[in-house]
Amino acid sequence: MKNRINTLFEQKQKDILSVYFTAGYPNLNDTVSIITELEKAGADLIEIGIPFSDPTADGPVIQQSSHLALVNGMNLNLLFNQLKNIRDKVSVPLILMGYFNPVYQFGVERFCNKCNETGIDGAILPDLPLWEFENNYQSFFEKNGIHNILLITPQTSDERILEIDNKTGGFIYMVSSSSTTGKNQKVEDFHQDYFNRVNSLGLKTPRLIGFGISDNQTFNKACENANGAIIGTAFINSFKNNIPLEKSITEFVKSVKNG
Amino acid sequence: MDYNVDEKGYYGEFGGAWIPEMMYANIEELRLRYLDIIHSEEFIEEFIHLLKNYVGRPSPLYFAKRLSEHYDTKIYLKREDLNHTGSHKLNNTVGQILLAQKLGKTRIIAETGAGQHGVATATVCALKGVQCVVYMGALDVERQAPNVKKMKMLGAEVIPVHSGNKTLKDATNEAMRDWINNPVHTHYIIGSVVGPHPYPDMVARFQAVISKELKVQLAEQTGNELPTRIIACVGGGSNAAGAFYHFLENKEVELIGVEAAGKGVDTDETAATLKVGSPGVLHSSKTMLMQNKDGQITEPYSISAGLDYPGIGPMHAHLFKSGRAKYLYATDKEVLEAALLLTQKEGIIPALESAHALAALNQLEFNENDVTVINLSGRGDKDMQTYLDYFGY
Repeated sequence: MKNRINTLFEQKQKDILSVYFTAGYPNLNDTVSIITELEKAGADLIEIGIPFSDPTADGPVIQQSSHLALVNGMNLNLLFNQLKNIRDKVSVPLILMGYFNPVYQFGVERFCNKCNETGIDGAILPDLPLWEFENNYQSFFEKNGIHNILLITPQTSDERILEIDNKTGGFIYMVSSSSTTGKNQKVEDFHQDYFNRVNSLGLKTPRLIGFGISDNQTFNKACENANGAIIGTAFINSFKNNIPLEKSITEFVKSVKNG
Repeated sequence: MDYNVDEKGYYGEFGGAWIPEMMYANIEELRLRYLDIIHSEEFIEEFIHLLKNYVGRPSPLYFAKRLSEHYDTKIYLKREDLNHTGSHKLNNTVGQILLAQKLGKTRIIAETGAGQHGVATATVCALKGVQCVVYMGALDVERQAPNVKKMKMLGAEVIPVHSGNKTLKDATNEAMRDWINNPVHTHYIIGSVVGPHPYPDMVARFQAVISKELKVQLAEQTGNELPTRIIACVGGGSNAAGAFYHFLENKEVELIGVEAAGKGVDTDETAATLKVGSPGVLHSSKTMLMQNKDGQITEPYSISAGLDYPGIGPMHAHLFKSGRAKYLYATDKEVLEAALLLTQKEGIIPALESAHALAALNQLEFNENDVTVINLSGRGDKDMQTYLDYFGY
């Protein structure tokens, strides 16, 4: 079966919205309903976060959602169990995102097999460096048709961006600025020169901009400079105790897309 | 068997640079330049000058006569506690501040547990007039109050970290986040032989001055540059790395690291990583870690804030796995008793960290002509409250 991420980018090149959430938060068993509601609300791509005890690239909001998800009892075995029948319910591309150690303890080959079985299309493992991936794990991903999605940042050199363009799977995750997740950014804070530099390289892979995308304004700005954007922290912040998940997800996606 | 780092940053199966792309440019710059810089004439000249005239090196090798009589053998203390700022930590921060300046960095960040590395970092930043931010677990801020005050007086900003167990691991997480947010002008002075390559190798090289001096001093005092054994405490493992470094190829020298058992290795309150841990990836390094079956890092515990860490430097993981070094552990109680013994036999109050190395003496058997070197990594001033509370003076 064709990878759903590839199909998405073939069908849609602009204004793609990818949404991240931490599995196990706010409640342990919200995973499937968050995914189905996100698809219904119009998310084009969904990143399911695997919580980790020491999320060094994340700001306070995702640190907290990860911590609470672990307290709730989330782990990879349970996550794959929750997702067992997810392909009966949604067709949106699904990505697992998280730090390497939980995947390493689960077994990287087993992780890839499980992704394939479950209908997961890609993985984002920010602390799995390209060199380690190519030397030890690439074959597991390829055999299972799972994309390994790589990141670039404003500090990434042109030469390395071109290498990542060749080696990433599905798309390039363009970190908007030098920061951990969830920095409250305004449109003026974006590094337009970095966006221009990347756009002038003539890359063959689509790009989504993430980190610091929080609302309609920042989403539109990102979409002007790439194929779309990724929202995480702002989505997690949108969960409110007194509003049903379905309603808050619909409203959040609408507010990002339409203002 | 090679005990040093290979070109990919590995010690056997351990090490590497498991960094997110956000840290790639900084780590790559460091990896490409650190050896050229630390081998340059200009660097060596200033490093040696500062070690001698500022740190106060060479640190003495002292024959501990009454302690030796107690164990019926020969025990020598490598007096890193006599360094300026009271521990071996300054060897590394002097090296790294010079390196940071060569890299054109104008802001320094550091993590600290007991506060010794924080003080050592704040000290060299004052020396060079560089901005300094130290991350310290909120629990450690409480239990190591004198060092917090020293850092502030030295002009550093101390930021208490409230996540996790509020100790060294959490301070390290926060320092890494700072670096991700400030990649251009900031250098991160890691305090131990942990973190991504080239940090473990770089810190070991700066601390290697300990074993370099030891060889000379042992030859002078015993007629043989090789002792029977060297004992050092291990959290991340920087003082042990420095004390072992030039003896790694001298297989006849027994190398012994001592981890913090906390309340015991069969309890949940321990920091003896090699005893209870398994391989994994934390703080950008593949090494032995304390973790649960899902790969979540478990919280360590030790009475000593400097050893309260759920990992260990990859070099030690490799020395352990290959059998080149042996690793023991000592409980809080054994450590406190060992500190009191040294205090009353030799008039030296050791740091709680260093007292772990002393506690291992009770677990060994000696011949009377054995030469045992204890790397006395730090002094006990910062731990006085803990000692007073325990012994009730």
